[in-house]
Amino acid sequence: MSHNGASPGDGFRLGGRDWNSRLIVGTGGFRSLDDLERALVASGTEIVTVALRRVDPLAQGSVLEVIDRLGLFVLPNTAGCFTARDAVRTAQLAREAFETDWVKLEVIGDDRTLLPDAVELLDAAEQLVDDGFTVLPYTNDDPVLARRLEAIGCAAVMPLGSPIGSGAGIRNPYNVRIIVESAEIPVILDAGIGTASDATLALELGCSGVLLASAISGAEDPELMARAMRAAVEAGRAARRAGRIPQRLHAQASTPEVGLPEL
Amino acid sequence: MRIELNGEPAELPEGATVRDAAIAAGAEPLARGVAVALDGEVVPRGRLELTELSEGQRVEVVAAIGGGAT
Repeated sequence: MSHNGASPGDGFRLGGRDWNSRLIVGTGGFRSLDDLERALVASGTEIVTVALRRVDPLAQGSVLEVIDRLGLFVLPNTAGCFTARDAVRTAQLAREAFETDWVKLEVIGDDRTLLPDAVELLDAAEQLVDDGFTVLPYTNDDPVLARRLEAIGCAAVMPLGSPIGSGAGIRNPYNVRIIVESAEIPVILDAGIGTASDATLALELGCSGVLLASAISGAEDPELMARAMRAAVEAGRAARRAGRIPQRLHAQASTPEVGLPEL
Repeated sequence: MRIELNGEPAELPEGATVRDAAIAAGAEPLARGVAVALDGEVVPRGRLELTELSEGQRVEVVAAIGGGAT
């Protein structure tokens, strides 16, 4: 076992690089930079998402200082974009801002559900792949769309478990299984994780990792929840590798009947 | 010269560059996490100082913030 509890050789490859942690953490919604830093350390994450917004001249301290101090990999997102055009431009701004061609692509259909707009998403993904980006699209739990995103050259697909920030967990585990089954690129469960068991389930279903933010940042004790998520992801991954027993309707004794004394 | 800077009207001297606009918006133009768009097009870092503004142009200066999803 390595220092972080993961089995040796159980890392995963994403975007042409090897990673040990299967937990990607969003940096939004933390009550303070101190909370953020403690949670990031406890989570064991290697990749964190950040967003771009109009510069605030009064901002005190910066998320980026924390991230850079911890030596984490920055994955810019296109949060808040409703059209392919906006998402592509935001990704281009992010490339300039962070000198990375990685992008977590989000193209949202409406304010209320924050669900991905499949048509705009596919359009944006195609443009960005053509432009040399490593594209990680936040997508619906739609196996067909996932296949299309893979076919155009995305580096991963990131289906939602349930709407962003809902904490409703994985509402359609069957679809997630189908996506995993047919994907040759990593599947990362993104959005909807509310608590540790949700993250475990994602890995048990065969996802390569999870991306979550509010489950940690909104918890009463973000640092403790970050630690829980780390353990959850490791447990889910180990269970997946171990190969679970089939589910049955009726009992099956684990104690042999042979040799049962007649009393 | 009047431009639109992060959604607000701003007055900059003639000959001002995109870099000047970024500073006026409160950014450190070459800091990591900062990027600038001029009329919707990204201005590469190396061109911030070379790109002169003209009347009525729209400048967006962005910086990194904490973000998970939308």
